[in-house]
Amino acid sequence: MALMADYLVQGCQMALMLLLAPLLTGWIRWVKARLLRRRGPSILQPYRDLLKLLRKEVVLADSASWLFRVAPYLIFSALWVGASLVPTFASGLPFSWAADLIAIVALLGTARFFLALAGLDVGTSFGGIGSSREMMIASLAEPAMLMMVFTLSLLAGTTELSSVARFMSTADVGLRVSLALSLLALIMVAIAENARIPVDNPATHLELTMVHEAMVLEYSGRHLALIELSSSLKLLLYFSLIGCIFAPWGMATAGSTPGAYLYGTAIYMAKLALGGFLLALFETSIAKMRVFRVDEFLGAALMLGLLGALLLFVSRGL
Amino acid sequence: MSLPLLLILLMILLAVGGYGIAAARQPGGSRRVYGATLVICVILLLLALARLLAGQGVQTLILPFGLPWLGAYFQLDALSAFFLVVVNLGGAIASLFALGYGQHERSPERVLPFFPAFLAGMNLVLVAGDAFSFLFAWEFMSISSWALVMAHHQESANARAGYLYLVMAFFGTLTLLLAFGLLAGADGGYTFGAMRAHVVSPGLAALVLVLALLGAGSKAGVVPLHVWLPLAHPAAPSHVSALMSGVMTKVAVYGFIRIVFDLLGEPVAWWWGGVVLALGGVTALLGVLYALMQHDLKRLLAYHTVENIGIIFIGLGLALAFQANLMYASAALALTAALFHVLNHSLFKSLLFLGSGAVLTATGERDMEHLGGLIRPMPWTALAFLIGAAASSALPPLNGFVSEWLTFQAILISPERPQWMLKFLVPAVGALLALSAALAATCFVKAFGITFLGRPRSPVAAQARETDLYSLTAMFILAGLCLLAGILPGLVVDGLSAAVGQLNGSALLPVQRSQPWLTLVPVTDVKSTYNGLLMLLFIGVSGFTAAWLIHRLASGRVRRGPAWDCGFPEPSPMTQYTAGSFAQPIRRVFGSILFQARERVVMPPPGDLRPARLEVEIHDPIWERGYVPVVNAVVAVSSRFNYLQYLTIRRYLGLVFGALVVLLLGMVLWR
Repeated sequence: MALMADYLVQGCQMALMLLLAPLLTGWIRWVKARLLRRRGPSILQPYRDLLKLLRKEVVLADSASWLFRVAPYLIFSALWVGASLVPTFASGLPFSWAADLIAIVALLGTARFFLALAGLDVGTSFGGIGSSREMMIASLAEPAMLMMVFTLSLLAGTTELSSVARFMSTADVGLRVSLALSLLALIMVAIAENARIPVDNPATHLELTMVHEAMVLEYSGRHLALIELSSSLKLLLYFSLIGCIFAPWGMATAGSTPGAYLYGTAIYMAKLALGGFLLALFETSIAKMRVFRVDEFLGAALMLGLLGALLLFVSRGL
Repeated sequence: MSLPLLLILLMILLAVGGYGIAAARQPGGSRRVYGATLVICVILLLLALARLLAGQGVQTLILPFGLPWLGAYFQLDALSAFFLVVVNLGGAIASLFALGYGQHERSPERVLPFFPAFLAGMNLVLVAGDAFSFLFAWEFMSISSWALVMAHHQESANARAGYLYLVMAFFGTLTLLLAFGLLAGADGGYTFGAMRAHVVSPGLAALVLVLALLGAGSKAGVVPLHVWLPLAHPAAPSHVSALMSGVMTKVAVYGFIRIVFDLLGEPVAWWWGGVVLALGGVTALLGVLYALMQHDLKRLLAYHTVENIGIIFIGLGLALAFQANLMYASAALALTAALFHVLNHSLFKSLLFLGSGAVLTATGERDMEHLGGLIRPMPWTALAFLIGAAASSALPPLNGFVSEWLTFQAILISPERPQWMLKFLVPAVGALLALSAALAATCFVKAFGITFLGRPRSPVAAQARETDLYSLTAMFILAGLCLLAGILPGLVVDGLSAAVGQLNGSALLPVQRSQPWLTLVPVTDVKSTYNGLLMLLFIGVSGFTAAWLIHRLASGRVRRGPAWDCGFPEPSPMTQYTAGSFAQPIRRVFGSILFQARERVVMPPPGDLRPARLEVEIHDPIWERGYVPVVNAVVAVSSRFNYLQYLTIRRYLGLVFGALVVLLLGMVLWR
């Protein structure tokens, strides 16, 4: 019975991720529009876009291969699984032992690998530019993120996310320099990996500096819908990750009452709303940087992450 | 019982090599040779597997040949058995591939005799039980592989690669000879058993470590001794490249493990591990950065081998550091990670080299700038290569990820080390490992994307055909093993336990077979765990469900049309991204300092109709700073002494007399 309940919670988490992802994107767009004194589309607009795209036929380039058609499903499922393994409203999910934080980072890598290949598949110049830059960004962002994992693992003694979240919500964490550095590094990585300003602009087309949008330029119809949904899922994954590691309050634990789960969900939604608002505020107040400044931005993130881990190797108290 | 049988099989393998001389002139001769090596390798593989799973214990055999009155010692233990599995798996698959691929060989008489000899040489290194047989087998392996590198010696680049390989191989053997000399001590016990019993003083032991690093490291491709590897590995026929890169480097790793972990005994000083660790980290990062700068598919793969050797040495360095601090449980994890990566790299690197061989057969091209779009004419080769590329980019749920994950866990397992240097070094090496893992993914997006995706960049790429069935079978066996080792890592870890226990005072990881859901549990289940099987299941189920639901409920229609490309599609394939342009951001970020990469746009003067050109200048710092000065010094010294060749007889006699006087004086003064 308890096992059934556990699986039910895991199922709820998977469904919640899928349902919330477009809402978060819509919320950020709405806040951004309001900050720019536009009225902006409804928060529900991303759902309508997805439904519309799903019903349309796919226009496939003549030179597209099978990989181009398989990639959206692979990317979507990798990111969905990744997002479902991050504790959101409850820690101690029944499958949290199947993949630790390093594996989640690698799952993000799997999605990125196939997205970059899909960008190269049709053989256009825009696809290539997007893939090449995405991989350049990732080759700095991924190690920066792993450095954050190092720091957490040294503190919590494990890389498994549920245990990390449990550890971070106890009192013996305290305020630590290394954690502050890791948080900063993780936020910088999240901005870069989700193609947000100042690294990339999610709202742009026909601009030589675009990265993510250039890669997915050839996608249409249901494939594009999956790619868009995957991007939203990825953003949600990073929000959940930051929330679960650095703000693990209000999470239900395994075997809680349904009330606790509902409470956890409400808290989680509040965290997302706040995070989305802050991201929108940040994005409207900063200009996009040149593509070859990105390496300095991410190099700084990598160094911050490494510094955080080094501090812990030197002294466990920092 | 298995050791005599094994040696008999090796003798047969050598005989097959002799038959190869005759077979090269017969029609169908290459099929017979490769068929024979396939059968022998499979039997050897089964023998080695049985030995490995039987657990620890040593079997020795003394044969009355080799050095006069001393005999030749052979031994077979769990460590040898594990490496025998790696070697013969690679050998069997390469033979299977060559059943098809070998038909295209232009000069079979230069390949067929040496291929079985090369296999026999590698096997002999692993079962050698004394220094003499070890070095003899080592040299035999080097020379036979050198002959294979020189198979197409008419191309000047290959001849140069072969020369460099020969020089580096002799250098490596020289250092190993010295290392064995120190291990044997003044009494000269040259069997491994005598060396194990002989206690070496700490200073000399450190010297042995350095010599082993130089000797085995030069064969494995540790930076800065890797320079021959990216030239020699691609020069050989592709199934031999697969063996050299996937398997022979592992024999070198075996040599290092045998000398340092087994013959030398327990590490005395922590800095041994530190040196190996730092060298591994640098090797990993530099290897992958060099790989990213390559346009030649096979050379890219060879440089990527350098990276993986770095990862293996990171694991070995950690194990040494842990053993020096008597942390045997942690050392078991580090050793398991290293040996697991040995197996993984042999699987996916062989697969990738075989794939590049299939491309080479189909197009005659190794230069990625002339390839492209091969996924359409060669869908199966492309799929196998994709699996290999994903595995070597450490993507879950494939095998490359598992061993990198284990290495990361070994880095994180016990931060409490007494030495300050290690406290700084370990996270720094972790960062290097993380960087090289991410860059490897970039490297393989480039390798696969430019070669197989996009539109064909040359007529040969457009007219390519799918490769033969033997080659495809060989590649798909390896791809399947990559997946299996990725989703059932626990079974592999259990299989490695005998070898790990032998090197590590019997400290082991927990038994993985009995874990629920076959989860990989390196320490305890409250620490980190990973389950590749569930990953695959989750991804597969959600992907297929999504596809089924969308096709069922939404839309499944497809219309073909010209590419969109923001409204400006250009029919010329020249407008695609090339290997050079794909690597350009990385070159700017990492290469401007390391490789002194400079880009220059050469504009023709106004009115001139020539196109503008972008010139890229890249330097190889290790070659230019490390090797060129040595070569120049050798040339300078030898040209100084060149006049000695043109002396008169009187002067020669004077020279001999002078040398005699100097030597006698030296003797007198020394006594």
